[in-house]
Order: sequence, then structure tokens, then C-alpha cells
Amino acid sequence: MSDATLRETTSQDLSSINDDYTARYGFHDPEDYFLKAPKGLNHEVVEMISRKKNEPDWMRAIRHAALDTFRAKPMPRWGDSESLDSIDFENIHYYIKPKGEQATDWNDVPEQIKKTFDRLGIPEAERKFLAGVTAQYESEVVYHSIREDLTKLGVIFMDMDSALREHPEIVRKWFGKIIPTGDNKFSALNTAVWSGGSFIYVPKGVKVDIPLQAYFRINAENMGQFERTLIIADEDSSVHYIEGCTAPTYSSDSLHSAVVELVALDRAHIRYTTIQNWSVNVYNLVTKRAHAYTDSVVEWVDGNLGSKLTMKYPAIVLKGERAHGEVLSIAFAGHGQHQDAGAKMTHVAPNTTSRIISKSISKDDGRSSYRGLVKMGRGATGCKTSVECDALLIGDHAVSDTYPTMDVAESDVRVEHEARVSKVGEEQLFYLQSRGLDPDKARLMIVNGFIEPFVKELPMEYAVELNRLIELEMEGSVG
Amino acid sequence: MSDPLLNPADPANVFACRNLRVFVQDGDQEKEIVRGVDLTVRRGRKHALMGPNGSGKSTLAAALMGHPGYRVEGEIWLEGERVDQLEPHLRARRGMFLSFQYPVAVPGVTVANFLRASLAARRGTEIPVRAFRQELNEAFATMDIDPSFITRYLNDGFSGGEKKRLEILQMLLLKPSFSLLDETDSGLDIDALKVVSDGINLASNEQNGLLLVTHYQRILNLVQPDVVHVFMSGRLVRTGGMELVHALEERGYDWLADESAAIAEGSRA
Repeated sequence: MSDATLRETTSQDLSSINDDYTARYGFHDPEDYFLKAPKGLNHEVVEMISRKKNEPDWMRAIRHAALDTFRAKPMPRWGDSESLDSIDFENIHYYIKPKGEQATDWNDVPEQIKKTFDRLGIPEAERKFLAGVTAQYESEVVYHSIREDLTKLGVIFMDMDSALREHPEIVRKWFGKIIPTGDNKFSALNTAVWSGGSFIYVPKGVKVDIPLQAYFRINAENMGQFERTLIIADEDSSVHYIEGCTAPTYSSDSLHSAVVELVALDRAHIRYTTIQNWSVNVYNLVTKRAHAYTDSVVEWVDGNLGSKLTMKYPAIVLKGERAHGEVLSIAFAGHGQHQDAGAKMTHVAPNTTSRIISKSISKDDGRSSYRGLVKMGRGATGCKTSVECDALLIGDHAVSDTYPTMDVAESDVRVEHEARVSKVGEEQLFYLQSRGLDPDKARLMIVNGFIEPFVKELPMEYAVELNRLIELEMEGSVG
Repeated sequence: MSDPLLNPADPANVFACRNLRVFVQDGDQEKEIVRGVDLTVRRGRKHALMGPNGSGKSTLAAALMGHPGYRVEGEIWLEGERVDQLEPHLRARRGMFLSFQYPVAVPGVTVANFLRASLAARRGTEIPVRAFRQELNEAFATMDIDPSFITRYLNDGFSGGEKKRLEILQMLLLKPSFSLLDETDSGLDIDALKVVSDGINLASNEQNGLLLVTHYQRILNLVQPDVVHVFMSGRLVRTGGMELVHALEERGYDWLADESAAIAEGSRA
């Protein structure tokens, strides 16, 4: 038996920290900004953001057009439309620029902001196991670094604003091509007021063997964060990108609405891992989509723990023959939370394959929904997909619902779908209790076991952190 | 000198129950499954509890362990102390053990992590990895379980026999003072039955006791109980030795049914 098999228990036992979110992540810095746009959304704000960033005219035009699209588009009538309707778009700051220039050395980051990221463990993680880091605070990336050897190989990893200045030809080629402005109301909003986010280009044949990470932090009250991310993995390359996020706990709402576009060219491999842990006053309305070319592999590993309402359905368009797409997600909905998450697979080319594994845990009055669409169009012959949804309910008031849709035009395909809902079983609890485990520990063990297939896909450090977060969420829960 | 069997708190006794009654909710009515059982197990003794299907044997075992699905009246004693008001995990930590007839699967939880957590709970202290590994390897060898099971998920996809071996393996590791073994022999082939019986005998010593619930003779030939009880319709209707096992094997339970009815009649009078 290896030590690895024992590690999980140890990490659980070590992590009996009684802190809650507010103490660990929910703190906020005093507001001290270079520029804070007044609340409200209009063409003046859009113009101001673009001018401050010295953007080319074509981008400014895209932004203004996107604002009109946003206004014209109706709010989605699915997910949690009641909650969506209650968002007051005029009560949000659309752009906040912190003081200081973007740094490549943590010592050059303004003291207060550096302290915040220290407290969140980002510089430490960077030293230990990351090949590159960007750290976004409000609307701008305040720190960025990438391992020198990767730069020498031609790997580009920077914030999106810098990429627009330094690599306009690549940005212009792909920006909005995977997710058009008018894809949905929130992709239009992001396109109008986007700021920050990551840009990655991995050249042909280059394998980035350890992860690149971005961390997103909201600090101000009524903040809107709209990062824009574009990742292009050229032929035969591979990259693993990880993003994390947190925010202070406020009584009024904030909005996070990102657009993430991925391109995996022939035989490329992209893994995109998210540990979303916004405070429970944040609306998290994100559009994520990938184009997968011939023999490429795209994986979304998507963990949603925080936020008030998350609506997010990472998508993969399998455009090239034999491309493979995976979405592996967990959602944890505690008191007052609604996680409406899922996946979208579009099989365009023949012999493409996909797999969706969705696990959700609902506790107290929390609600998790799986919303998924698998589409196999005309000509998408010889395709395979499997969809597996597992929901775990803790307590009598938790809710889970599943909306799987299969839209298949060809007959020569294989489609598997499985959905299960279970309660943390009395018999499982009794069994573990009969071996001396107290009910809290027993329940935690069952929940950790439930998400194990997800956790084992994470780098070790994230697995430990996720187990710790789940433990915090589970504290004092009544089964 | 008083008979220790009469005093549940006597240090010679490892387990006792007095006037134990177990009720389950059946619709809007309560149904009495165990109807007043007095039982005392002395240290070093192996008891067998035999009875026909549906007599309430498994209910009795689960209720003694503290299953939340039952309402229990009466006293339960473990090593001289009342435990009937304690939650299952506290009974377990004090030395009570239940080998389940149908152990449930807990997907995602490895056998190793589960056993390490259980051992820590029972012993009240963390077990160093190295010591734990050694202990585990020995126990796996004893119970003839492939070491690869250490990293498998608890009871997930195990055959009936594999589950039962793992139950007895836990008994060996946790070293309970009193074990309830619920139909540990059911679904075992002859080789597995031998391994399981050897495990039970190995776990038994002068200080602990056990109650083996079964309706077959074959495991009793291997475990050789000191005391045999016959349990019917929620009551102990006869107590004896191995000769009772042979009588049941020859004549079935019917001849005792009349006695059972007579006792019920008597208690109503």
C-alpha cells in the first residue's frame, strides 16, 4: 500500500479548521483605487473603459455594438429567471482600476493587494507548483509571471488587455469567434465591458507540463467583474490552465460574468480547471466554449462551490474528426445558493466522442440543477457520448433537478445516459457510525467519497483545498 | 456468592440486556418486533442465536448497536455500564461491534481510509501510517483477502463473500469486547466459511464475548458456541448447548413454536 492512498484521510484530519468563509475569504481591503467608474451601464462607461485602455478602434466598435446587443437581448427564461430579473444593472460598478502598474514581482504589487493575495496563498502556490500566474484584482490584472523556459519556447501567457496590445493579430483572429457577442445576454454584456482575463498561446508541439493559473478577486461592493479569456493550443501542444476566485461577503449583490474561449487545434490537449468559490452575494453568469479540431482533446473540470446563483454550461464543439470532449463537474449548493450548471456537447464531425460527468450536492435549502445538451448533427456519424448525473441530497429541504437534452440526427451513434439522486443514506451513516465514526465525520466521509471522482482529477494541492472547503461547508449540517 | 448472570453490572459479564423491547413504525402504528429479551454474555463466552426467518433476529442485532430506525425499551449493558442511551458510534468506541448481514457500499471511500478512521475512533488516537500498514497487511493475510482491496472503495462491487471477510477483518482490527455477528455465514461457500470462522475464533478470547446470529448449523460446528438460544417471534424460547443445534437441525423449529405460543400466552395472563 502506498502513502498516497492514506493521504486523503490525513488531509481531512488535519483540516479541522473552524473558520468560515467570511473569515478566510470574505474579508475586504479598504477601497483605494486609481479609477472607479460610477455605477451604471451606458455607452459613456463603455467608451471610457476602451479609451483608458488605449484600445484600437475595431475593439471599441465591438464593445459599443455589444452593449446594444445586450440591451436588445431578453433575459433567459430558464435557470433561475426570478433571481436574474432581480439583478439591478444600474447598481454595479463596471470598471475599477486598482492603483499601481501591473507587476512581474510580488514586491512591486501595492502592499494592501499583495497582502490579500498572500492571505489567499497565491504566491506560495506559485512557488510550489505553478508554471505561471496571473492575479486579477477588480478589473485589472495586477501581477503576472511565467516561467522563463516557457517564454523561450514561445508560450504566451498574459492578461487579455496586454495581449490586445502585444498580439493584436492573434486576438483579432479569434476574439468572439468561439462565442459571438450575441450568443446570450451575458456574453454580450461581457463583450461590452470586458477587462482582464487571461490570454494563452501554446505554439506547435509545446507541452506545458505544469499548470498555469489565474486567480480572480473581487474586493469592492457592487462590483462587476468581466474577465475575458482566450486560450489557443496550436497543433500537437498541451496546456493545463487553472482558475480560482473568491470575494468578500457583502449584503448587496455583485456580478461576475466571464467569457472564456478555447481553441484546441489538431491533436492539441487543453484541460481547463475551475474552482469557483465566490461569496454568496455574487451572481456568477459565465459563458465557456471550446472548439476542438481533429484528434484534439478538451476537458473542462469545473467545480462550483460558491456564489448566490451560478449559471454556467461549459461547451465543446467537436469540429474535427475523432476529437474528444469531457466535462467533469461538481456543484455544491448550500443555504441560499442555486447552482445551475451543466455541459453542452456539439458533435459536428464524425467519430467524435464526449463524456459528461456531473455531480451535485445540495444541502439545507440549496438547489443544484444539471442542465445539459448533447447534439449530434447530420453527418456526425460514429459518434459516442455518455452522460452521467449524480445528485446527493443532505437534509429534507435540499433540491436537485436534472434537465438532460439529447438531440441526435444520425442513427449510427452511441448515446448513454444515467441519472441518480440519492440521499446521504441512513444505512451508510449507521454503518460508519457502528465503526466509531461520529455522525459529522461519517457524513463528511460519504460526501468526500461522492466527489472523489472529481477530486482525483485535480492537482494534489487543489484536492486538499477542495476537501477542506467541503468540510467547512458540511460543518454542523443536519442530515 | 450471587450468580453473576443475575447482575448485568457484574465484571464477569461483557454484555447484558434486560427486558429489551424493540418497536418499528409500521404506517401510523408501532409494531413490536422484540418482545422482552433478557440475555447475559459472560467474558470468554460465545453465544449463538438461532431462529427462523422473520423472527426478528437481525432487528435485535441492529437495535443493540443503536440503529436509529427503531425505538428501544429496556436496558443494554456493555462491560458493566448502561449504553442504551448512547449513539451507535459511542457504543462502538466502548467496544460493541456489529458484523452486518448486508454491509452497505460507500463509493469513493477507500477501504484503507475507512479502516484507519475507524481504528482511530476506536482507539482514541491516530495510528501512524507505518504501523497501520503493517497491521492491515497482517489482517488481510489472515482473512485471505487480496491486498488490492485496500485501495478499493468500501464494499463497492464486492461479492457477498468478500464483504463478509471484510466484516470479520474489521472485528480483528477493532478488537471489540462484544460482537454481534448477523448472519455472517449467509452466502458463503465452504472455503470462505472456514476463513470467516477461523477469523471469529482468532478474535475470541477470555475477555470478550460474542453473539452469533444464524439459522444454520454449519458455522456453529466451526465456531462451537458455549450457549445456544432459540429466538422466535421476538422472544428467547429456549436456551441450551450444542445439543439444541442438533435438535433444530433434525426437527426444525416447529416443535418449539408451540412452546413459544405457550410463553406468549403466559406473559399475557
